[in-house]
Amino acid sequence: MATRPSRGRLKIYLGYAAGVGKTYQMLEEAQELKRQGRDVVIGYFEPHGRKDTIARTEGLEFVPRRKGEYRGTTFDDMDTGAILARHPEICVVDEFPHSNIPGSEHDKRWQDAQLLLDAGIDVLTTMNIQHLESLNDQVFRITGVRVRETIPDWVMQQADQVVMVDLTPRALLNRLARGVVYPPDKAVEALKNFFQESTLVALRELALRQTAHEVEIRQVDYNSPGFQITPTDGDIGDEPPRSQERILILVTPDPSTAMLIRRGKRVADYLHADCFAVAVQQENNGGDSNGAVERHLNFARNLHIEARLLGGHDVAKTVVEFARLNGVTQLFLARPSEGRWSTFGGRNLVQQVVRLARDMQVIIVADRNRQQAK
Amino acid sequence: MQTSTKRRTPEELLEQVQAEEAYEKRGRLKVFLGYASGVGKSFRMLDEGRRRAERGQDVVVGAVQPQRASEIEALLSKLRVIPLRPIDGNTVMDVDAILKRHPGVCLVDGLAYDNPPGSRNASRWEDVEQLLDAGISVITSVNIQYIDELRERVAKITGKVVTQTVPRKFLNSADEIVVVDAPPEMCIRTQDAEMKARATTQAQKLSELREIALLFAADVVDLQLEQYLQRNGMTQTFGAQERIMICVTPRANAAAMIASGRRNADRFHGDLTVAYVRQPEISADDQAALDRNLAIARDAKAHIEILDGDDPIQTILSFAREHGVTQVFVGHSTHEHWWERLTGTPLDRLIRDANDIDVRVFPH
Repeated sequence: MATRPSRGRLKIYLGYAAGVGKTYQMLEEAQELKRQGRDVVIGYFEPHGRKDTIARTEGLEFVPRRKGEYRGTTFDDMDTGAILARHPEICVVDEFPHSNIPGSEHDKRWQDAQLLLDAGIDVLTTMNIQHLESLNDQVFRITGVRVRETIPDWVMQQADQVVMVDLTPRALLNRLARGVVYPPDKAVEALKNFFQESTLVALRELALRQTAHEVEIRQVDYNSPGFQITPTDGDIGDEPPRSQERILILVTPDPSTAMLIRRGKRVADYLHADCFAVAVQQENNGGDSNGAVERHLNFARNLHIEARLLGGHDVAKTVVEFARLNGVTQLFLARPSEGRWSTFGGRNLVQQVVRLARDMQVIIVADRNRQQAK
Repeated sequence: MQTSTKRRTPEELLEQVQAEEAYEKRGRLKVFLGYASGVGKSFRMLDEGRRRAERGQDVVVGAVQPQRASEIEALLSKLRVIPLRPIDGNTVMDVDAILKRHPGVCLVDGLAYDNPPGSRNASRWEDVEQLLDAGISVITSVNIQYIDELRERVAKITGKVVTQTVPRKFLNSADEIVVVDAPPEMCIRTQDAEMKARATTQAQKLSELREIALLFAADVVDLQLEQYLQRNGMTQTFGAQERIMICVTPRANAAAMIASGRRNADRFHGDLTVAYVRQPEISADDQAALDRNLAIARDAKAHIEILDGDDPIQTILSFAREHGVTQVFVGHSTHEHWWERLTGTPLDRLIRDANDIDVRVFPH
C-alpha cells in the first residue's frame, strides 16, 4: 500500500465583520512563513481596494485565477487544479465560505480547500462567525440577515487552529468612518444596516465564545494518549470521549426543521453527545411533504448527522419507540406552527410526544426567527 | 430583530441622564488582554498609541515595563514619555505630572503593579481610575493571571502565584476590551521526543489560558452589550450567551434537572438560574421538599429566584424574557386532570407560549 501524504493543516482566521483585519493578519503570517523559508502561495485573495492589505501581498507568489463565465458575465475564481499542480507547502485561501460560480466542480470554496488539504497542502483561510452553520438562526436574530453561504460546523472542527481576529466594535466603526473598510457611499449604507454597535457587539461575543469552544475541544485532543496536533483521518480511536447523552432529532416536512437540526447538532457538539435524526414516513402521505423530508434528511447528513427514514402509522409512537430502543436520552422537536394548537381538535405532535416520552428529556426548540413576544 | 422602548419613571430617566453625563465626562478605558507573556499586548497597546498620535490625538506614555524588546523601544522613540517618579529606590507612575499635562490619551502598562509605600494610591489600576475620573482616556494592558478572580485558576495551570492583582470590577468598567489572541504555534514539528513532550505540555497550558482569556472577554462584552442597550433604552435579547432557567416545584425531580442544567451551562459557559413560583397554601411536607430542592440549587451555584404571580406560566415566561433566558427546564406533568384533556395542561401552555425560548421537559 502506498503511503498517503499526511493531510494538510487548516488554520482559520475568525472575525465577526468585514474590516476587522482577518485577511491582513493572515497575510502577515504568510509573509512570516515565507521569511522562514517555507513555500507559500496565494490561491485566492480578495483585495476589496484596501491599500494596507494589498501591500501585505507584496513578494508573495500568486497562482493565477481561473476565468469562468456565468450568464454572460466573466468571473474569476480560485484555480484549485492549478494550485494542486503547483503543490506548494502552504496556500492562502481568502473568504472560506464563498460560493463558486455555478457550473464549477464544487459549489463552495471550502470544498476546494478540502482538496488542497487532502493533497497535503496547509491552508490559511478567513471567515466571519456569521457563516457558521449552527449559528445561522442566532445570527438572523441579531442582524435580521439570513446568511446563505455557510460552513458546516464539522469543517471548523477539523481545523487545526482557529484564531480570533479581534477588534473592538468602536475601533471598527472608526475604521468604517475613515473609509478604510468600504468606499464612502457603501460605508454609509453599511452603518445603517449591519454595522450598528449593538449588532457588532453581539456578533463579537458569539465569535469570542465560539473561539473559546474551539480551543476547548482541541484540549481534549491534547490530552488523548496518542497526542497529535493534526487530527487523524477519523479512522483511528482518537475521538474525544463521548458523553452518555444520545440526541435524536425528529425531522418533519415543517420548514422550521432546518433550525431544529442546527440547534440539536449544536447542543450535541457542546455536550459531546451522539446525534442522529429520523423522519417517519406515513404510508398514505402526499409526495410534496416527502420531498421536504428528504431535503431535511440530506441537510442533516451534510452536517454529519446520521439520518434515516422510518415507516409507521403514528409519527409520535414510532419515534418514541425508536428512541427507547436506541437509548436516546434527549429528543429534539420543533415548535408546531401557531395553527396547530387547537386543543379541542385533538393533540398536535409535540403534545403527543411529550405524553408518550415521559422517560426521556424532550426539548421543544424555540423559533428563533420569530419576533419576540410582547 | 426587535427593538422596543420601555416606558420609564421620571426617576429612572433622571438616573439615566446622570449616568450619561458621568459617562460623557469620564475618560475612556481600553484594555488589551493577554494570556501569557510574549503574546504582544504591550506592543499592541503602544502601536495603537502611535497610530492615534499620527492621527493627531494627544498621546503620552504614562508607564512601561522596565525590560523591553527592541520593537518596543522603536515604538517608544516615536511617543512622548512621562518618566516614572522614583520613590525610595522604587518607581511609580507620575500621576501628578500626567494630570498636570492632561493629555487626551495616556498609555499605561503593568496595570496590576503595586505602588511603593508613600505613593498616591496603593495600585497602578487605582492611578488609572484617577486619570479616567479627570477625563483622560487610558489604554492599558494586563495579563489574565493578574485578575483577582482568575488568579487561583491561572495559578493552577502555570504553577506561578502572583500577589499583585486587578479586581474584575475594574475591567468590567472598560469601554473596550481586546483579546490579543496569538495561539500556541501552529506547528510543533520537532522530532526529539522529550522536546515534543515539553512542547505539548506547554501548548496544553497555553491553550487552557487562552480559553480563560477568551471567555473572560466574552463575559465583559456581554456586560457591555447589556449596558449599551440600557443606556439606549432598548430591550432586546440576542441569545449570544446561553442562559438556562430551571423551574422547580416541591415535587420536581430537581436533582436531575439541576445536574443537567449545571452541565449544560458549564459546557456552553452560560448562566444558570433556578426559579420557584410561590404557591399559596403549601403543606409542611412540600415546603421541606422545596427547601431540599433549593439547597441542591445553591450547591450547584445557581442563582435562585423566588417569583410571585397569579399565573405561574406567565410569571415564568415574563421573567425568562426579561433576563434573556434561552432555555427553560421543567418537569413532565405527573398526572392529567380530565378537564385538561380538553384545555391542555399548564405544560402545554408553557410550550405553546414559549415561542423564542427552548423548553426542555424532564422525566420524573
